[in-house]
Amino acid sequence: MKLLALLTIVFGIFGAAFAVEPDEVLSDPVLEARARALSEELRCVVCQGESIDASSAAVAKDLRVLLREKLIEGLSDQEIKDYLSSRYGDFILLKPRFGGAGAVLWLIGPILFLLGGIFVAMFIRSSGKVEIDDE
Amino acid sequence: MITTEHGHLLLIIAGFLALAQGIIGLMGAGKNWRAWMQITPALALVQFLAVGFSFVALLGAFMTSDFSLALVADNSHSTKPMLYKFAGTWGNHEGSMLMWVTILALFGAAVALYSQKMPPALRARVLAVQGLVGFAFYAFIILTSNPFWRLAVPPADGSGLNPILQDPGLAFHPPFLYLGYVGLSVTFSFAIAGLLDGRVDAAWARFVRPWTLAAWIFLTIGIALGSWWAYYELGWGGYWFWDPVENASLMPWLISVALLHSAIVVEKRDTLKSWTILLAIIGFSFSLIGTFIVRSGLLTSVHSFASDPTRGMFILGIILMTIIIGFGLFAWRAPKLTASGAFAPVSRESGIVINNLLLCVSCAVVFIGTMWPLVAEMLTGTKLSVGAPFFDASFTPFFIMLAILLPIGASISWKRGKLAPIIRLFAIIGSLALGLAIFVGLQQTSFGVLAPIAVWLFAWVTFGTLHEIYQRCATGGGANIFWSRLLGIRRSEWGKYIAHIGFGIMILGVGILRAYEFEDVRSISAPSTFEAAGFDISFDGVEIGKGPNYLYQRGEFTLSKNGKVIKLFPENRKFLVEGMPTTETAIAHHQLGDLYMVIREGQEEGKWSVYFYVKPLVNLLWIGALMMALGGALSLFDRRMRLGAVK
Repeated sequence: MKLLALLTIVFGIFGAAFAVEPDEVLSDPVLEARARALSEELRCVVCQGESIDASSAAVAKDLRVLLREKLIEGLSDQEIKDYLSSRYGDFILLKPRFGGAGAVLWLIGPILFLLGGIFVAMFIRSSGKVEIDDE
Repeated sequence: MITTEHGHLLLIIAGFLALAQGIIGLMGAGKNWRAWMQITPALALVQFLAVGFSFVALLGAFMTSDFSLALVADNSHSTKPMLYKFAGTWGNHEGSMLMWVTILALFGAAVALYSQKMPPALRARVLAVQGLVGFAFYAFIILTSNPFWRLAVPPADGSGLNPILQDPGLAFHPPFLYLGYVGLSVTFSFAIAGLLDGRVDAAWARFVRPWTLAAWIFLTIGIALGSWWAYYELGWGGYWFWDPVENASLMPWLISVALLHSAIVVEKRDTLKSWTILLAIIGFSFSLIGTFIVRSGLLTSVHSFASDPTRGMFILGIILMTIIIGFGLFAWRAPKLTASGAFAPVSRESGIVINNLLLCVSCAVVFIGTMWPLVAEMLTGTKLSVGAPFFDASFTPFFIMLAILLPIGASISWKRGKLAPIIRLFAIIGSLALGLAIFVGLQQTSFGVLAPIAVWLFAWVTFGTLHEIYQRCATGGGANIFWSRLLGIRRSEWGKYIAHIGFGIMILGVGILRAYEFEDVRSISAPSTFEAAGFDISFDGVEIGKGPNYLYQRGEFTLSKNGKVIKLFPENRKFLVEGMPTTETAIAHHQLGDLYMVIREGQEEGKWSVYFYVKPLVNLLWIGALMMALGGALSLFDRRMRLGAVK
C-alpha cells in the first residue's frame, strides 16, 4: 500500500531542465508548460545535439525568450515551429517533419515491423506444418 | 617494475600473439592438427598477460604522472586526485582503446580457461576468431592511437582532464560498458566457429549462453551506471538523452536481449539456429558500430571527446571486414544448419520469435534515427536533426508491445500451448491491472494517461510473472508441495522471473517520473525562504572554499515538511587547471522520490538561480536495471549451466 500512496502523489509541471533561467519563466503556467514542451523539440543550433531546453548556450537562451514572446503573441505551437524552421532551417527541429525524406525515417519502423511480421507469420506456420510428435 | 617501454613492447608482442592465435587456431582446426589446436588456448593466455601488463604500464604512467608520455601530458595533471589519475587512464581515446583490447584478451583468456569440455576444433576456432578480432584492434591502436608515444620535451605539468569526467562514475561506467561490448565478441566468435564447424546444436548453445549472459549483464550495468551518472552530474536530472553515444550502447543491448532469448530455443528445442547465429553476428557488429560512433566523432555528440577521421576510417574498415566475413560465411554455411524441433503457432517458441522481431525492429529504429542526419546530409546536402522527441515517439510503441507480449509468451508452454486458458488468465490479469491503473488515474489532479499506462504495464508484467511462479508451484498439489516446489525452482528460472519483473519496474519508473516530475526555478538571494512542492525551503547562505583541484561555492538549503528536516548542499565548482565549471547537484532520497537541487550564480549581483526538482520514483529506473542484471547473474550461476555438459 505504500507504493500506492506514492503513486497518488501528484505534481503538475511536466519536463525539467537546468538551462532555463528564472527571468525567462512566464507567469502563466499554461503558456510556460507549452514553452517547455516546445523547447524540448528545438535544437540548440550551436550545440552538439542538445535541445534549447537543456542547453546553457546564449543562442539557446535567445531562442527560449523568442519562442516565449511568440507564445504571448498568441501563435500556435506549429506556427512557432514553422517560423523558427524558416529562419534556422529544418536542422532546428529535433523531431523531423513527416514528409519528403523524413517520411522514410518515420515509416521505417512500422514497415520493418509489418514485413518482419509477415515473415515471422510464415515462419511460424511452416514450423507448425512439420508433424509435432506428442510428448 | 614495468616501464612505459616495456608496456609499448608488450603491446606489440600481444598483437603478434593474437595474429598467431588466429592463424594457428584456424589452421589446426581445419587440418585437424591436434598439437596446433592445443597451443591456441595457451596463446590466448599469454596474449592476455602481455596486453594486461601493457595496460598496467599505462596505469602506472598515469598514476605517477609521467608527463614524458604525450597521452598523460594531454589528459592528466599532477594535482588531480589519485582516483582520477587512475580512472583517467581510460578517460581518453588511446587509453580507452587499450582497455578495450585488454578486455577482449581477458575474454579470450577466460574462454581458454573455461572451455576444456568443448570439442577441440570448436575451442580452437572460437579462440582463433577472438585472436583475429584482437589483431585488428592491436593494429588500430599501434598504428593510429598509440598510447605510449613519448614527448621529446616533457612539460612541467599536464593539461588536465575534462572536469565532467572527474567523477567516480568514470571509474566504473566505461569498464562495465566495455565488458559488455567486448563480451559480445565471444558470442560472435562462437557463431563464426559454429558456422566453420557446420554444427550448431544444443551443446553449442549451452557453451555460448554463459558468455552472452555475461556480456548482457555487463552491458546492462554499464548503461544503467551511465544513465545514473548523467542523472546526478549533468545538473538537470535527465537520465536518457537519445544521444548517439547512448544509442550506440542501446543497440547491442537490444540485440543481446534478443539473442539471449533465441539461444534458449536453440538449446531446448533445436530450432532457430541460423537466426541465433545471425543475431550473434549482428550483435557484435553493433558493438563495433558503437565503438566507431564513439571513437570517430563522426556523429556530433555531447560525448565525443575524441575525433580524428583516420581513426574513423580504420574502425570502419574493421567493421566492414567483420560484416563481410560474418555475413558471407553465414550466407554460405547457414543453409546447412538443419532444425529438428517443430512448434505450433501457439507456443513459447512463437512468443520468443515475436520478442525477437520487436527487439530487432526497435533496434532498427534506433539505428536509422542515429544515422539519419548523416545519411540525409550525404544524400541531399541538408542538415537535419533527429532527437529525443523522435525516439520517444517511434521507439516506445515497440517496447510497449514487448511488455504486453512478455507475460503471455513467458507462460505459454513449449512446442504447443493451449490458447483458451491463456486468454482466460490474461483477461483476469489485464482487468486487475486496469483496476490499478484507473485507481491511479483517478488520483490525478490534471488529466494524463502516461502514468496510468505505465502502471497498467507494470501490473500486467508483474502479475503475469507472479502467476507464472504460482502456477508452477500450485498445479495439482497441496500446501506442502507448493513450498517444496517453490524452493526447488532453479536459479535460472528465478533469474527469468526477477529480470522480467525488473523490466516492469523500469517501465513504472519512467512513466511515473515523466508524468509527475516537479520543477521550481527561481532567482533569490540568501538568506530567504520559499515554498515548493509542499516543502518549506530556506536558503541559508553560500559558502566559498577550495577543494583538491577546484574552488567551490556551496549553497546551504534546509527543507522541511511535516516536521521532517532535510539539508541539501548543491555546489558549483571551478576547476583550476582546466578552467571549466561544473555543477554538483545535491540529491536527497525521500519517500516521494529524489529531492534534487542545483544552484548557479544569478544574473544580478547577490542573486542565485536556484533549481529545485522532485523526481518521483526515479530510483525505480536503476532498481529495475539492477534486477535485470541480477536475474542474468542468477541464471549465469545456475549449477546446471556451470557444468556446461551435454545431456
